[in-house]
Amino acid sequence: MSDAAATIQQYTGQPYKYGFVTDIEQDTVPPGLNEDVIRLISAKKEEPSWLLEWRLKAYRHWLTMSEPRWSNVQYPPIDYQAISYYAAPKRRPKSLDEVDPKLLETYRRLGIPLHEQAALAGVAVDAVFDSVSVATTFQARLAEAGIIFCSFSEAARKHPELVRRYLGSVVPYSDNFFATLNSAVFTDGSFVYVPPGVRCPMELSTYFRINAASTGQFERTLIIADEGAYVSYLEGCTAPQRDENQLHAAVVELVAHDGAEIKYSTIQNWYPGDEEGRGGIYNFVTKRGKCVGRRSKISWTQVETGSAITWKYPSCILLGDESVGEFYSVALTTKRQQADTGTKMIHIGRNTRSTIVSKGISAGQGQNTYRGLVRINRSASNARNFTQCDSLLIGERCGAHTFPSIEVMNPSARMEHEASTSKIGEDQIFYCNQRGISKEDAISMIVNGFCKQVFRELPMEFAVEAQKLLEVSLEGSVG
Amino acid sequence: MLEIRNLHASVDGHEILRGLDLTVRPGEVHSIMGPNGSGKSTLAQVLAGRESYQVTEGRVLFDGRDLLEMPPEQRACEGVFLAFQYPIEIPGVGTQYFLKTALNAVRKYRGLPPLDALEFLRVLKEKMELVEMEDRLLVRAVNEGFSGGEKKRNEILQMAVLEPRLAILDETDSGLDIDALRIVANGVNRLRHPDRAIIVITHYQRLLEYIVPDYVHVLMDGRIVRSGTRELALQLEARGYAGIEVPGEPATLAGAGR
Repeated sequence: MSDAAATIQQYTGQPYKYGFVTDIEQDTVPPGLNEDVIRLISAKKEEPSWLLEWRLKAYRHWLTMSEPRWSNVQYPPIDYQAISYYAAPKRRPKSLDEVDPKLLETYRRLGIPLHEQAALAGVAVDAVFDSVSVATTFQARLAEAGIIFCSFSEAARKHPELVRRYLGSVVPYSDNFFATLNSAVFTDGSFVYVPPGVRCPMELSTYFRINAASTGQFERTLIIADEGAYVSYLEGCTAPQRDENQLHAAVVELVAHDGAEIKYSTIQNWYPGDEEGRGGIYNFVTKRGKCVGRRSKISWTQVETGSAITWKYPSCILLGDESVGEFYSVALTTKRQQADTGTKMIHIGRNTRSTIVSKGISAGQGQNTYRGLVRINRSASNARNFTQCDSLLIGERCGAHTFPSIEVMNPSARMEHEASTSKIGEDQIFYCNQRGISKEDAISMIVNGFCKQVFRELPMEFAVEAQKLLEVSLEGSVG
Repeated sequence: MLEIRNLHASVDGHEILRGLDLTVRPGEVHSIMGPNGSGKSTLAQVLAGRESYQVTEGRVLFDGRDLLEMPPEQRACEGVFLAFQYPIEIPGVGTQYFLKTALNAVRKYRGLPPLDALEFLRVLKEKMELVEMEDRLLVRAVNEGFSGGEKKRNEILQMAVLEPRLAILDETDSGLDIDALRIVANGVNRLRHPDRAIIVITHYQRLLEYIVPDYVHVLMDGRIVRSGTRELALQLEARGYAGIEVPGEPATLAGAGR
């Protein structure tokens, strides 16, 4: 192996920074799934009875379903009875001041200070630790603007009418195997409601942390932007380094009314497993937004660097006339990671527009798949879509795959699709070296150049973070 | 400045350079000519530090220091510049950004503060006139979609920005029409400097009409077999490499085609 290849290997082989475990007293439900477990979760969360009924309906439906096998990923069968469906720190704080110091320390190590005075200016955080939300910052300030930002459990108790109206309205309980499982057992997540005409004054974010062993994380996020409202939301995720795989099956639903805009960004850095493919998170997630109103807009931006397996397709249903859907994605697979990700843009309203920019980077023995659907329904006159789908290969043992689907049922549609595949070769690295640029800097320069179209969609504070994260994660192999 | 003594180098187990000697002093322009496969490009790659070429014997001193011990980026920072025969495309990385990164890497090595965007732009504008480069190329990715002439001009632009002490031009004339050749050669001539040495590797005498060398060397079978002045290049043009007498070997055996 040449020197450049060795450097890339070393560079892509850096240890996972967030692999530590927090030693904290946990209240954990024994492994196994049945109706009693669901009743227990619902009782622990003091949920209204209609929500329990909804969960049970989902569970009974789930029993009739089988796991999907169409994606381009491989993994051994999951034993759903071996997973614990609820884990929470024992001490439940009443306010930020009462949060267990160990938890505060955990989030501090993750770079997420939860004390409001220390917090990132202009960013409100909901911190979800295993199955529960442990803290939500800046709630009072947001409430002054009429904005509700709280954990899902709190919303179910305090704002049942909103939750009941919107829960399952975008991703129904029967949607797909993993979403249905989530509907039955979901524990916590974030809830956001922005009232008509309000522009949310700060970035909202949720930081998900899986800590307990042998548990799954099943969170549920619901964001509603009422008429003319605007909100930008960011989620970040990490997990300890463990040899066994852990399941993360989340559901995110977004609803945008007339003239509303939701910008949803994800920086996903779950533990990816080791060089041999041991351990890591199975990230099987359903994310969907519905542009219900006229001129509404939903924009997904994701930077996916973690997880052993990623299976997610943040999608937009463009129901309102002149509504806009966007999807910007960077997905990186190194080591033995597998990603099957992309989007669906369903055009129903007239003059609807969608943009898809997908950047897949494969290194090591990573396998990266883009899977997308653009559908123009008969009703969607003058719909437009632009899709750009690029793959970058680093080394000889990785793979890139694309499965784009386009279904057009209205002849007035205008579609554009561009795709490219390129490779970081030793020639390019040598060329950079010859101009005085080191190998490490050459690789990050090329990768960042490849991703910049997506990075510039991220909120500014996080664009720099994403770039750094990519550099660290890109300790991936060539071979 | 550059002293090459008994240099032997192989690629994939084949010995290409077989005891090459060359001395270059500051301010000089040397031309290295020779038939296909004689080792011209190998010499350029070895000096730049390409990993796939193994040096098996001999030494190379640059300002008295062992050049072969240095990784390629350090050689670049020390002032060795190679204008590639086939410049590499780097999709997604803007030409201007690339140049700024390179210049600041070299400046950092030399203990100079990095240039900010405005300062860099001033330097760049000045250098661009040298090679008559159009602004529109700067916003495009490095060499991506550039014509042959634009790529070669971009190499000389990089040389102008990085201000090397030793520049090696590897067949910079190949693939250029006469106008592009004139522009590139003018750029190189304006970079001639008492502190800077230039090695011009070429197949044809044509380039030397524009870049007039102080010395001409003929490379054959991995060794320099004749050295002379510009007259030697003209002689080669008239009689071809077959007409060169190699000491100790019949001229016919050392002919072109090796």
